[in-house]
Amino acid sequence: MKNGFRQSMAWLHTWSGLVVGWVLFAVFVTGTASYYRSDISLWMRPELRQEAAFSPEDLARAAEFGVAHLQKHAGNARTWFITLPSADNPVLDLFWRTKPGTPPSQAALDPRTGEVSGLRETKGGDFLYRFHFELHMPPIWGRWIVGICAMIMLVALVSGIVIHRRIFADFFTFRRDKSAQRGWLDAHNVTGVLGLPFHLMITYTGVVTLALMYMPWGVTTAYKGDNQAFFAESGQITAPRPPAGRPGTLAPIGPMVREAIATVPEPLERLSILNPKDAAATVVAVFEEPHGLSHEHPQVAFDGVTGAVVEVRQGGLKPAAKTFTTMVGLHEAHFAGPALRVLFFLCGLMGCAMVATGLVLWSVSRMPKAGEPAFFGLRLVQALNVGTVVGLPAAVAVYLLANRLLPVGIADRSGWEIRAFFGAWIIMALAALLRPHRRAWTEGAIAVAALFVAAATADALTIGEARFLGFDTALLVLAALFAYAARKVSTYAPPQRERRSRQDSPALAAASRQPAQAFRTQKVLNEA
Amino acid sequence: MNAVSSRRAEWTTRLAVAGRVVLAAGGGYGLAALSTALLSLVLPLSRAEAVTSATLLSFALMVGAAVYVFAARSLGRAAISMAVLAGILGGTLWLVMKMIQTGSPA
Repeated sequence: MKNGFRQSMAWLHTWSGLVVGWVLFAVFVTGTASYYRSDISLWMRPELRQEAAFSPEDLARAAEFGVAHLQKHAGNARTWFITLPSADNPVLDLFWRTKPGTPPSQAALDPRTGEVSGLRETKGGDFLYRFHFELHMPPIWGRWIVGICAMIMLVALVSGIVIHRRIFADFFTFRRDKSAQRGWLDAHNVTGVLGLPFHLMITYTGVVTLALMYMPWGVTTAYKGDNQAFFAESGQITAPRPPAGRPGTLAPIGPMVREAIATVPEPLERLSILNPKDAAATVVAVFEEPHGLSHEHPQVAFDGVTGAVVEVRQGGLKPAAKTFTTMVGLHEAHFAGPALRVLFFLCGLMGCAMVATGLVLWSVSRMPKAGEPAFFGLRLVQALNVGTVVGLPAAVAVYLLANRLLPVGIADRSGWEIRAFFGAWIIMALAALLRPHRRAWTEGAIAVAALFVAAATADALTIGEARFLGFDTALLVLAALFAYAARKVSTYAPPQRERRSRQDSPALAAASRQPAQAFRTQKVLNEA
Repeated sequence: MNAVSSRRAEWTTRLAVAGRVVLAAGGGYGLAALSTALLSLVLPLSRAEAVTSATLLSFALMVGAAVYVFAARSLGRAAISMAVLAGILGGTLWLVMKMIQTGSPA
């Protein structure tokens, strides 16, 4: 297309990046936050405190409590999920699905007494985690949209690599003072190139986590579309046991829990109970992943009615299946200890920055000359840029703030936290539309900084416990970053030299109207 | 160049770009889907391994196809190469599925 390979790839990179940029930014921010999903959940349920380790006996008793609660409140559900307590997360989380299409229900119990726990009702880090791949939409819609954006991101990455002959030199190039556009270009290059292995890995493995939904055709031809059969045959789940259609009574869960724990050395994480009232009820005990990259939970399946072990799944994956689970494992980074986790987090931030600088670069390089009106597309992109790049962090801050400020007992509390999240985002986006562009950036960044400070302060005032010091410090660091950005935007003056040369040279001024092109053409020429 | 013909040229360019977008998305996915379906049946691995390998590969293939569509000299050239590839893959898939049906009933 256009005049040669490099130019057509430059065009492709610019436009593929722009159309999905805003969704990608949201996916990157919530995904990066999800590296600390369990820490966010702990912070958002401050009533939970660390306890002594749970013995197999304690876990068996907790499971009995869970099943008793579910028998009473979820009798007609098709599947029950019980997340067992651990020292770091000493709560019994129950989750059940009655029909496809209806939202799942959940409950949190005290694992020692079986009473409904006095925890504040919240979705915690799970909301951000699910938003990361479902965008708070009906799952099928959200997952397809995120998947399509991820594929376009892969195209943008590949075309981005192609247009970068100076990929090594660009590592070290940051021409902040040359012109606004050069500065943004270099910032985009640095964040893009430095984090490139991460960006490629995280995008590809992200698509792979939902591979069978996006690309089901192999299963269609080789398995006649039976996903469960494929998963079982590839060794990722225990063989599915279809319901018998006759009523059955679930055997006591305690002995099954004890036997499962005796079989597998890893800690027991959760129980899935399928068709609990059927004669072919199945109980699957799912364990934590053993040490390693691969996302591969050992599993023990029981016949729910007799309580006998049906199948034990532990390792032994073939190469392709192992590749698949390793890709999923890399994406989720469950294997990462504290230091590596920080590195993943920073790479995620770099991804956010790459997307944000790319979006800003698009608008900066199309800035009209003084006196000329901005065209509609530019105004739209500018407003969406501010609305997303400062709007989403503001929404996250408000989500945390709402968790501390909403009264603990109100009905649908977790729903209100989420409404606060979207309310803040909408307000920030509308404010960005109403204010002049530069002011919108400054004020937006100040608002984000203030909201993160507010969230940390609200925690200090309402809970004020030393164990949240680290989390609150992280919030303050984020606030400082946004305050610094606000200061930079408000005090920025374009370099004088550049301005003069633009006035001097009509050709350059003309080029600056179509700069993405001119820029790259020039670059290509320089490099050739 | 007068105003009418330059406007027409602009629209031609826009349509060509739109055509490439449609071809990259639809054609790219179609090729990836056909190759996944075919490789799942013909790779010399166990059934589950073949499906997994083919599916993992498909996304790289789709990206490659999309980049090719935008790199090709003209939309027509891109469309023809994609159609030929799809024809080969689709034809082979049809043959293989026929063989499986008539061949071993197991």
